[in-house]
Amino acid sequence: MLRVIGGLLSGMFFGAGLALSGMINPAKVTAFLDLAGDWDPSLAFVMLGAVATTALGYRLAFRRGRPFFDGQFSLPTRKDLDFELILGATIFGLGWGIGGYCPGPALAGLGFGARETVVFVAAMLVGMAAARGMARFIAPPANLSA
Amino acid sequence: MPVTHDKVETLEPSRTGNAPSGAGIAKGYSVEHFTPIASLAGGVLIGLAATFLMGLNGRIAGVSGIAAGLMSLHGHATDWAWRLAFVAGIIATPPLLKIAGFVMPPVTFVAPIPVMGMAGVLVGFGTVVGGGCTSGHGVCGIARLSMRSIVATTVFMIAGFGTVFLLRHAF
Repeated sequence: MLRVIGGLLSGMFFGAGLALSGMINPAKVTAFLDLAGDWDPSLAFVMLGAVATTALGYRLAFRRGRPFFDGQFSLPTRKDLDFELILGATIFGLGWGIGGYCPGPALAGLGFGARETVVFVAAMLVGMAAARGMARFIAPPANLSA
Repeated sequence: MPVTHDKVETLEPSRTGNAPSGAGIAKGYSVEHFTPIASLAGGVLIGLAATFLMGLNGRIAGVSGIAAGLMSLHGHATDWAWRLAFVAGIIATPPLLKIAGFVMPPVTFVAPIPVMGMAGVLVGFGTVVGGGCTSGHGVCGIARLSMRSIVATTVFMIAGFGTVFLLRHAF
């Protein structure tokens, strides 16, 4: 139950941040990606604020030794660079550039009910399920979250 | 939390006026204005969200991984519940803020619905294969100085820049 509260609290701040930052607007995201056009550097400020705050917040969190609502931190341990990482990131970047949505902003925009957003999120879940289905054939099930 | 946004418009989704051309992407789009303060503040909120999920649940706030985990049939039920709560928080909060009177940024789409579907499949597939998205790799991974995340973020940024360049300027 406590972990549900942790997830909800984090999700609420995440949604508020995505809305305030402007990232729920695909045109703003693609304006950032359009270096050769009318470039809008705002997203660099989102990343700066998010990475700096997370880096500081993680240091505080790790200093405690364990999370409040769980026995241990669940952190990715892989260090190697593999083909899937590069291939997946490339495919993701392609879709990001086409639609102007990455997963967070698409979910944060879902509540406003635009058909574009609903279709994008549904298609995104299909793509995720397809990748997980393929991974089960190629390799044993692994924790795929970053 | 005062949400002062540079643009005061409604959140009625607006579609680009120009007819789709080239790969089906409408080339015309409203010129967006630079919003450094709001974007920086939004980023700080995202960083707080990531901090809470790590400090409370001990988890990386990677939206793609958490959302994809909801579709897992062999996961732990307790994992499923906090993931659902996290996703519900992301989805519900922006409309609730709007109802509460906060001004939301305008939403303008850059691609018609069928193309958004295609983009969604690519984003979903790519983030699962690559093990993360803008949040898991771009924010949390870089904050941990993870080499995999730094490489992944560099690659998807370059792919995003390249894709928009090709769609807008190459044809």
